Amino acid sequence: MLKGFKIKNIYTHIILISISLLSIFPFIWLISTSLKGNSENIFAYPPQIIPSDFTWANYSGVWDKVDFIGYFINSMIVAGGTVILNLILSAMAGYPLARMEFRGKKITFFAILATIMIPFQAIMLPVYLITIKLHLVDSVSNLAGFAGLIMPFAVNAFGIFLMRQAFLGIPREMEEAAIVDGCNVWQVFWRVLMPMVKPSLAVLAIFTFIGSWGEFLWPSIVLTKETMYTLPVGVNNLQGMFSSNWRFIAAGSILSTIPILIFFLAMQRYFISGENEGAVKG
Amino acid sequence: MFKYYGKYAPYLFLLPAAIVLVIFFFIPFFQTFALSFLDYSKDIYNPVFIGLNNYTKLFQNPVFYKVLWNTFIYLFVAVPILAIFPLFLAILINQKIRGVTLYKILIYLPVIVSIVVAAIAFKWLYADQGILNYIVTTLGFEPLGWLTDPKYALYSVIIVTIWKGIGYYMIIYLAALMSVPKELYEACEIDGANFLTKHLTVTVPHIMPTIALVTTISAISAMKVFAEIYVMTKGGPLNSSKTIVYYIYERAFENLDLGFASAMAVVLLVIVMIFSLINILCFEKNKYQI
Repeated sequence: MLKGFKIKNIYTHIILISISLLSIFPFIWLISTSLKGNSENIFAYPPQIIPSDFTWANYSGVWDKVDFIGYFINSMIVAGGTVILNLILSAMAGYPLARMEFRGKKITFFAILATIMIPFQAIMLPVYLITIKLHLVDSVSNLAGFAGLIMPFAVNAFGIFLMRQAFLGIPREMEEAAIVDGCNVWQVFWRVLMPMVKPSLAVLAIFTFIGSWGEFLWPSIVLTKETMYTLPVGVNNLQGMFSSNWRFIAAGSILSTIPILIFFLAMQRYFISGENEGAVKG
Repeated sequence: MFKYYGKYAPYLFLLPAAIVLVIFFFIPFFQTFALSFLDYSKDIYNPVFIGLNNYTKLFQNPVFYKVLWNTFIYLFVAVPILAIFPLFLAILINQKIRGVTLYKILIYLPVIVSIVVAAIAFKWLYADQGILNYIVTTLGFEPLGWLTDPKYALYSVIIVTIWKGIGYYMIIYLAALMSVPKELYEACEIDGANFLTKHLTVTVPHIMPTIALVTTISAISAMKVFAEIYVMTKGGPLNSSKTIVYYIYERAFENLDLGFASAMAVVLLVIVMIFSLINILCFEKNKYQI
């Protein structure tokens, strides 16, 4: 019997190792450049991965000139605020859609569904005009600036449908028991149902956080003050600040990546298990 | 079950989300159309109604066709690769081999890293005397102007988008592969099928809905690319890497021509809504069952 060729594990590993290396090589090369001292030519042919003039000076240099702590705090405020609002608003909207009967339920459902089809990039001009009209810009105050960064992303259809799905999965007896015990509808929602949908809240929180943390287009449109910059905007700004000083640009880019890298490694099972993928992302 | 909530409870629960969606989705949605009938180019504070003039201007503008064409090249290059290559990787990773978690983490890494950092990293690889041109010259070719030659700039940017998306779609495919019944593969192996026929006859038909889903999601996100272009090329040289969203941004926030930019936004809106409708009606129907 002719046995067709079967991929041996060794070939699988060779391919997967190559792809893994391709995935991280741009970062490796950035790290390598960031660790090269001034006496080493960063354009040397052949390129050297291991720095011959090893130094941390680029990191301390860029750290002194750029307010990374400030950018980090701004990003934390924006991502944190966006996550909290998404959790509360998505759960509150998902609950009646899953559990209650009311006039206009169908139309509400389809109106929310319709927002999935509207890309932010297509409506960003009116969003910008409205944000200015509401005075949610950093020229008014820092607080208003943060509100302007957060509010357009405070809730979206993906989050609402995710939470609706979570509430649909809870047995109705839970609510009945709570009502018999004398809870009102708000207490049922807040004390009984919310604890039961914690896994979905965690998924929503993590994906909202990543999305908000990496957001670049909106903050680069609305922000006017450098002290309000989030990390992506600040990192992009490195290019202008240090023009062709690639040692500093590389060091700054790597520095800015450390927080999200830690977050990813700590939460990696949520990302790579495959159960939650596509649940929230727009 | 008895009705334990008051008449207004459902509306009160929906209210906060409704306020945000109305202010930041529905009003801007209709306003995008409204703005596209106004002329802001003379006086930004006093726009005048000009009917369909922005659309006439748009359809007479060669840059518009260039931008549209670039966006479609983006689709035609990025989408097939993102629909097929991650599936191949997922099949490889879905075997009983060592180091699966490490491979997944490394391949997923580009997904979580900020697109700005990714674009800067590639800009460095693409530098005139950079590492990629070292490889090119070592192989005996002339060095390429990866981001400076109008022939290559768009493709250099597309590579970044693909590189950043592979891990994301691979994980989606991995989840889908778990649902393929093992017995089908066993039956196939008894018949003596090789790797390729096994996956073409069992895997691909079984996960066709996921392939279609990945195709539409990656098409929608290809329509929306911005940051890669902003960081790496600003749409240049000679508009060669400019796509729809970047052009909207440029006309609105650099030239302050909000009306023209809105007409452009309407074009984007229509294209993305068609893709999204296909997606919702065909592939994600059960997720949104009322």
